[in-house]
Amino acid sequence: MSRTRRQRAVVYLGLSAGLVLVVGPFLWTALSSVKPEREIRRDPPTFWPETFTLDNFAELFQRVDIGTAFVNSLLIALVLVATNLLFCSMVGYAFAKLSFRGKNLAFGLVLVQLAIPAIVLMVPQFVLIARLGMVNTFLGIILPAVVAPIGVFMMRQFISDLPDELIDAARVDGAREFRIFFTIIMPLCGPALATLGLITFLSSWNNFLWPAVVAQSESMYTLPVALNILNGNEGTHYNLLVAGSVVVIAPILFLFVFLQRFFIQGIATTGLK
Amino acid sequence: MTVAAPVSRAAPLRIRGAFRQSGIGWIFILPFVVLFVVFYLGPLLVGIGMSFTDMRSTDVTDPLGVNLVGVDNYLRLMNDGAMRQAALNTVVFVVTALPLTIGLGLASAVLLNSGIARLPAVFFRLGYYLPSITSIIGIAVAWKFLLEPEAGLVNRLLELVGLQGPNWLQDQSTALPSIIVMTAWRSFGFDMVVLLAALQTIPRELYEAAEVDGAGRWARFRSVTVPALRPVLLFCTVYSSVGFMQFLEEPLVMTRGGPLNSTLSASLAIFGQFGVGNYGYAGAAATVLFTVIVALAVLQLRLGRNR
Repeated sequence: MSRTRRQRAVVYLGLSAGLVLVVGPFLWTALSSVKPEREIRRDPPTFWPETFTLDNFAELFQRVDIGTAFVNSLLIALVLVATNLLFCSMVGYAFAKLSFRGKNLAFGLVLVQLAIPAIVLMVPQFVLIARLGMVNTFLGIILPAVVAPIGVFMMRQFISDLPDELIDAARVDGAREFRIFFTIIMPLCGPALATLGLITFLSSWNNFLWPAVVAQSESMYTLPVALNILNGNEGTHYNLLVAGSVVVIAPILFLFVFLQRFFIQGIATTGLK
Repeated sequence: MTVAAPVSRAAPLRIRGAFRQSGIGWIFILPFVVLFVVFYLGPLLVGIGMSFTDMRSTDVTDPLGVNLVGVDNYLRLMNDGAMRQAALNTVVFVVTALPLTIGLGLASAVLLNSGIARLPAVFFRLGYYLPSITSIIGIAVAWKFLLEPEAGLVNRLLELVGLQGPNWLQDQSTALPSIIVMTAWRSFGFDMVVLLAALQTIPRELYEAAEVDGAGRWARFRSVTVPALRPVLLFCTVYSSVGFMQFLEEPLVMTRGGPLNSTLSASLAIFGQFGVGNYGYAGAAATVLFTVIVALAVLQLRLGRNR
């Protein structure tokens, strides 16, 4: 008995040490962001802020237009959540429940898109956006991500599990496919839509490469782009950098704490981020 | 990727329904198809085509200024010292970060599955998973601060035990390893969640049977756990390799590829060529990277399935 207890203690100890290593950097960054710059550089360092200050954030807002970047990030993420919820479930429904010519081929395209790395598309996608006159516009940032293949995949999986009888019964009653989709399928997709919404929000909020390519003026920057620019311009002003890091990470932490059930479900159901 | 085989479902037998569906099915998937062709298939093909031209940023408005140069870009790529360094760094990054990430993911999943109470298990799982869902730019900035030679936490802690830490990100011998450790730190939580889900589906009886047969802890791990996890480990390997092959934000934020290109990644080099307007050349490098990524994934899937 005492042997298994000792083993259990070792397991807890190992896991706790791991947790300190994982959460430590977040905690240290957050605590540093509310210390004055002098205190950040003090040796020996303070753990808990001796002087609590929001000056770093105030200065950050002056150096880069982080407020605009925040709003841009939020707007883009919300628009993409809306388009993905609608289109991914539409497309997923067709793949799950409708039979049509070329369905397997079309579904193959979803997998192809899933597999093409962003860096490979960057240059030609940018040239396309430039030809369409969409450089430095919201539309340019948003359009390529309107229907994410991972969302299509996820919704197809979920809708496949819904009973066919529901749809058949509605068809017998003469309901049109769009009506069936909106009045019968969509209301049943609640949990899947919650997870999809969360995944879409996250990937949009965290996305860097494409917004960095399309957004060319400060009024179009998203948060990660603005933070990267700040890092380039003020690379050694750690008080500003940690404050910027907190602004980018905190909203996700907030979502994570309240919606963690859907986060874990997201990977459990799709096996993907 | 855990792309489940398409579930074949008997099509509804009603003829009228089937007829009507053929058109309606395409209407439903139209948003995807249009965007796929315009923003993915088209650019993919154009990108490959571009890699055989001398296209530069100035040619975007004037496509007539573009000349075909055959495989010149590819030849230039082979003789470009920075590109070769980038390719080497990317290989080193993948072959070290991959086992580290999966190893940590597996270790934490096994510990979490070793019968500890439910509530702490949830707590640990959430904590470990946290870094993989946060902005890589935000994380990279935070780690740059942690690794700062004087004010950074890492060297301050080393100081406490009487050690003088190096200038992690400015030293050629420690810059890439620092980024590798950070990447494993950030990514293992994802593997852990996937592996843990798979671990929980292994029937207890298998372990009990192995124990009856006299298998020790390690033997049980090797003969029961690992085989059961094979498909999921394969998924993690392919998924992480594809991601790691493209690492870019970490060196961009933390080192700008330096010192002396020691952290320049393939993606970052392509991003840099794009930045200075060498579209044809960037396209050639991207095409090579794409080919390698696809070949690696196919190879891993082959080896993983056949063994």
